[in-house]
Amino acid sequence: MSATSYREAVRAALRDALARDPRVFLMGEDVGRYGGSYACSKGLLDEFGPERIRDTPLSEAGFVGAGIGAALGGMRPIVEIMTVNFSLLALDQIVNNAATIRHMSGGQFNIPLVIRMATGAGRQLAAQHSHSFEGWYAHVPGIRVVAPATLDDARGMLWTAIEDPNPVVIFEHATLYNLEGDLPEGAGAVDIDRARVRRAGRDVSLIAYGGSLHKAMTAADRLSAEGVEAEVIDLRSLRPIDDATIMASVRKTHRAVVVDEGWRTGSLAAEVSARITEQAFYDLDAPVARVCTEEVPIPYPKHLEDAALPQPEKIVTSTKALMGSHA
Amino acid sequence: MAPGGKTHLDRGHLLFLLKEMLRIRRFEERCAELYSAGKIRGFLHLYIGEEANAVGVMQAIGVDDAVVSTYREHGHALARGIAARALMAEMYGKVEGVSRGRGGSMHVFDAGARFYGGNAIVGGGLPLAVGLALADRMRGLARVTVCIFGEGAAAEGAFHESLNLAALWKLPVLFVCENNRYAMGTAIEREQSQIDLVRHAESYGIKSEAVDGMDVVAVEVAARRATAAVRDAGAPYFLENRTYRFRAHSMYDPELYRSKAEVEEWKQRDPISKLDAWLRDAGFLHPDDLRRIEDEIAAEIDDAAAFAEAGRWEPVEDLARDVVAPPPAPRRDAAA
Repeated sequence: MSATSYREAVRAALRDALARDPRVFLMGEDVGRYGGSYACSKGLLDEFGPERIRDTPLSEAGFVGAGIGAALGGMRPIVEIMTVNFSLLALDQIVNNAATIRHMSGGQFNIPLVIRMATGAGRQLAAQHSHSFEGWYAHVPGIRVVAPATLDDARGMLWTAIEDPNPVVIFEHATLYNLEGDLPEGAGAVDIDRARVRRAGRDVSLIAYGGSLHKAMTAADRLSAEGVEAEVIDLRSLRPIDDATIMASVRKTHRAVVVDEGWRTGSLAAEVSARITEQAFYDLDAPVARVCTEEVPIPYPKHLEDAALPQPEKIVTSTKALMGSHA
Repeated sequence: MAPGGKTHLDRGHLLFLLKEMLRIRRFEERCAELYSAGKIRGFLHLYIGEEANAVGVMQAIGVDDAVVSTYREHGHALARGIAARALMAEMYGKVEGVSRGRGGSMHVFDAGARFYGGNAIVGGGLPLAVGLALADRMRGLARVTVCIFGEGAAAEGAFHESLNLAALWKLPVLFVCENNRYAMGTAIEREQSQIDLVRHAESYGIKSEAVDGMDVVAVEVAARRATAAVRDAGAPYFLENRTYRFRAHSMYDPELYRSKAEVEEWKQRDPISKLDAWLRDAGFLHPDDLRRIEDEIAAEIDDAAAFAEAGRWEPVEDLARDVVAPPPAPRRDAAA
């Protein structure tokens, strides 16, 4: 084991992919000389050169579409969109091209493309730099959507995504880049299909992903101190969603709280909640609860931003209310 | 109609150009009939009047080169060598269609012809063409990607982003803007501050020229010059083909935005009639030739329609096929 950070794990994954496969290249705004907006690609320009660590203009539709074209043309591009907020400028290319071309072509063409982007709020960046649109992307058939929340996944999901013949969108929560921990020396590829039980428990299932996973873990610790043993599920893959792992947990605990940094209305949490209701209704002892972002553009002042976002206290309160509903 | 570039204006080639344009016209006339008969549904955008562009441009590229097109692409597909049978079956939505029936009129894809759609978002294909050319450059392949779009696309951000990228990175893309003067129903004067589209491309440092898109030989000559320049310089080139569509935008268009007199005026420049007349004057075309050509085309289209008619509907059980490709096996899983 060696001490590392989420950022370093992402960088190690990029370096590994670039070294393994000459078809792989990284393209995006400030990935080269600047070293990446979040410093994920720092040093890679010197190692791999400007053809493979390719700085782009501020042209999200242009370079994401070029990534799709390059994937069609036999390359294995990794396109970095600086943040999910700017990905809206490329949404047409992702939804209308990357997600559809295999189907529209009757299976003739695959798009082996990886799109990475930072997501989420929590750093006082106000309404235009704090979005969580994982749920929007997860809505679209034809792409895969993953959210690495741990060092293992930051290190291991990228290679599996590159090997996948489909477009894979990787969401890296911006508050996680400084996350520190240990990784095994030989850490490598991991699956991008299944959810994981990050903490075992018998009383309630807390279902989260990305940045919210750590809030759910904190909440689970606090609940444990009060005698409630929460099981914490990390969704990891947001499309497809691993129903089996979720339902196995809910059938054991009989209660579920879904935590999602997206707005509640039309959220990924709504989807997970509906699936539990469809598949495990008769195993539930209480309605499924959701802890989501309040229905407000994210405000700048810290106390208001904190109040808008899911927090461990909200998860604890919501969970205790569920336990109470059966008391 | 002066010869130029590497175009060989012998009788055989000119008759071939005439036949190719007529194939497209007759194919689409049949499509319109089949639309009225309910055999073809959805949107159907006819290319009638613009045939010289597809036929001229396709003479300039080889089998290794790529084509990215739009929703008005039947002509490009036929001129690129995609079989009328597979194209017609696609119109019908049959499994035998070139895109397995999943795309229809607007989404013709053919891996064998390196034909990458059939893109129905205006401007949506331009970034793809840039990426295809980038892949060729990175792989050391001396290929050209031809990217065809209309003048309406020139108002889209994707147009400007793509021209900038292609010029900045010196990518082998031949941009072909088929300027038929109307973005659906909006005349170019009502949607462009600069209607000389060549100047947009020149502002990105891209070598550009405008060509008479109603003259197949002029288009072929310009396209050969352009593709040669792309290959030599390894840099993009921009052609503005000034053309006109004789039919409505789609089958739902009542054409309230232009006068019948204007359409009639452009029909005087019909690229097929024009070449036909020139060939007759030159003594290259005998009435028998034209009859033979028309008979061959009619037989091909009858065959295509019969093929499509006899085609299979995909079973509903296969609805979800080709949404995602199966992942490679075995999946590695290092985590517990």
